[in-house]
Amino acid sequence: MRNTQRTEKIAFLFMALATLIIIVPVGLILFIVLWHGLPGLSLEFILAMPREGMRAGGIFPAIVGTLLLTLGCALFSIPLGILAAIYLNEYSQKNWLTRLIELAIINLAGVPSIVYGLFGLGLFVTFLNFGASILAGSLTLSIMTLPVIITATREALNSVPRAFREVSFSLGASRWQTVRKVVLPNAIPGILTGTILGLSRAAGETAPILFTVAAFYLPRLPESAFDQAMALPYHIYVLSTQVPNVSPKIQYGTVLVLVGLVFIMNIIAATIRARFRKRKTW
Amino acid sequence: MKKAFEYFIERAIFISGAATIIFVVLIFIFLLKEGLALFASESIRSFLFGRNWYPISDPPQFGILPLILGSLWVTVGAVVIAVPLGLAAAIYVAEVAPSWLRGILKFAIELLAAIPSIVLGFIGVVFMSPVLKYIFNLPSGLTALAGSIMLAFMALPTIVSIIEDALVAVPKSYKEGSLALGATRWQTIYRVMLPAAASGILAAVMLGIGRVIGETMAVLMVTGNAAILPASILQPVRTLTATIAAEMGEAVAGSSHYYSLFAIGIILFIISFIINLTADMLLHRK
Amino acid sequence: MVQAVKSLNLEVKSNEILGIIGPSSSGKTSFLKTLNRLNELYPNSRTEGSALLDGENIFRLDVQQLRRRVGIVFALPLPLPLSIFDNVAYGPRLHGSKNLIEIVERSLRAAAIWDEVKDRLHTNAFKLSGGQQQRLCIARTLAVEPEVILYDEPCSGLDPISTLKVEEAMQELKKNYTQILVTNNVKQAARVSDRTAFFLMGELIETGDTKDIFTRPTDKRTDDYVTGRFG
Repeated sequence: MRNTQRTEKIAFLFMALATLIIIVPVGLILFIVLWHGLPGLSLEFILAMPREGMRAGGIFPAIVGTLLLTLGCALFSIPLGILAAIYLNEYSQKNWLTRLIELAIINLAGVPSIVYGLFGLGLFVTFLNFGASILAGSLTLSIMTLPVIITATREALNSVPRAFREVSFSLGASRWQTVRKVVLPNAIPGILTGTILGLSRAAGETAPILFTVAAFYLPRLPESAFDQAMALPYHIYVLSTQVPNVSPKIQYGTVLVLVGLVFIMNIIAATIRARFRKRKTW
Repeated sequence: MKKAFEYFIERAIFISGAATIIFVVLIFIFLLKEGLALFASESIRSFLFGRNWYPISDPPQFGILPLILGSLWVTVGAVVIAVPLGLAAAIYVAEVAPSWLRGILKFAIELLAAIPSIVLGFIGVVFMSPVLKYIFNLPSGLTALAGSIMLAFMALPTIVSIIEDALVAVPKSYKEGSLALGATRWQTIYRVMLPAAASGILAAVMLGIGRVIGETMAVLMVTGNAAILPASILQPVRTLTATIAAEMGEAVAGSSHYYSLFAIGIILFIISFIINLTADMLLHRK
Repeated sequence: MVQAVKSLNLEVKSNEILGIIGPSSSGKTSFLKTLNRLNELYPNSRTEGSALLDGENIFRLDVQQLRRRVGIVFALPLPLPLSIFDNVAYGPRLHGSKNLIEIVERSLRAAAIWDEVKDRLHTNAFKLSGGQQQRLCIARTLAVEPEVILYDEPCSGLDPISTLKVEEAMQELKKNYTQILVTNNVKQAARVSDRTAFFLMGELIETGDTKDIFTRPTDKRTDDYVTGRFG
């Protein structure tokens, strides 16, 4: 008897230790980023243009670039993703086509981000002749984000009880009317949460924008969708590997801005999720 | 009027569904379009099994074996670190931790998942590699091991959350039955719950592997970028993904170097397809 | 595929309440749901034969129009997550009706629930009690002005007082509607329906005036069921 209980205590200890090994570095990383990054954060840093080949000045164009890319990604992936999810959940039958679509989504979700970069280079930059541009970058990011949005939307749609649909049909509604009036309105919070989370991931991605849009030193704001742009993740990459003698304040400051942006989006998503759970009437 | 709109929106819905298939096909086609061009001047054998990756020498050599091995070392290292840790943590969070702690832990793991990989790469360069350099007395800390460690952290949230889901999905009656027979909680876990969650655990591992193989930037930054056949995990390596990222900037469009990078893309696409397909089948076998 | 209901012929008279009784899994609900083609929502369902509503085959009619003419009240109270007003107005809005306030009041009165909710039409429907929710669902069905109302064990989750109120509402509705009531509660059928049909294991065993079914049924199985020898 005592032996098994001792084994259990040891096992549980190891597991707690493992959990600690995972959790502690998270806190450490955040602490380090804040500690080194906060001193570099000033209004000037965020709002000014870079100078001296990135060794001084601010990162405003990179922030703008990231925001524009995220917006562009949202523009293309959200409508397409929501409609595709509606198709799968509300319209499709259980046949080979549906299974194929589901497989395609799984596939898209698993493609390495650098392969998306290659694809963007091949299709948008070269074949369609958009050149390295915000347009090409946004399109590439949006195809990468599509599976995330579809999956999140499907979950949100599924969470609406089946009974509501049956009621709507029994009153003479068509399928689209049922989706629009009963299913979608009650799925919106879940869709919003998943979408914002998906976009926050797109904002932090480097590989897909490497060859499709990113420029390192563009001390002016982009003027059209066909312009190249700076972007925060790419900026961090170059600052930490290719530019000698950059002050750590600038490096960590950029990291902090990106992390801050991503975390704000996550917090917004989590707030929406929590608020909705409280307000849910059924 | 309403009927017309409804007709159009339903067409749009169907097309959106089918669009996903079109995108997958498109990706594959464009990879093939540029990648297969390499094999006009290069044999598939020398590509896949050649031991020298010297794309800019004259004549260029496009053997990706060192890259495959680089990816393999880094992946295996990451999996060896992440799977035991992730399994242990998932069990802890799902079964052992008191409920007040559970929320905090899950939050911390979600935080980890939210950190962009470029940031982890940055931290890896600035912290992990000097630490490794010191501990192992190496000329440089930029090694496969550094890559494995960073990648393990990137894969952990995925692994932990999927295993946790799998454990939670085990019917309560299994657990209660075992405890009722006098087993300790730990015995119940490893004799009843883990076997019951086996396919979910396997799926988690596969998805973790997929996540790791596909990672580019962090690996690029911390593994040292030496496209040589690695002899140990304490040496610098180059992965398939990092190669594309590092060299595309310099490859002239239309050159065989350019094509070779797309060819690597084809390999990556196929590998990730197989891994994700398998993981999905495992997850949906129930 | 399982055959839920075997071939049958059944006539429903205008403005009557037809009760359908039988033990569970006898096909009553499956049969009921074919009458407004709600069974088509389930994949792999198949129906053969014809059902005539005023002489027209319902399987040839536009299904949305059919469902306006043949409404249904479900077993569990199922309000939509909307206000009381919006619940009742949902159907009419779909079909483009304009005088919603009038329609909502009329329907809530007909379902005998107007007095209880008239001061809080814009509160969430889930705040009502179970019995009130069910009468709200009746009002909702009435709002689209059907000709026939189907009831699928509408009182199964309700307390006796709410059940009584629903049954009273049904009697009132007889003046203007034809009603078909599927119920597991034999005594309810005896109280409420004019004629009764008895289903057993997917088969329609017999139909007749309620008095006759309960006192001198033709088939022995009917007799056994209504007297409680099985069920």
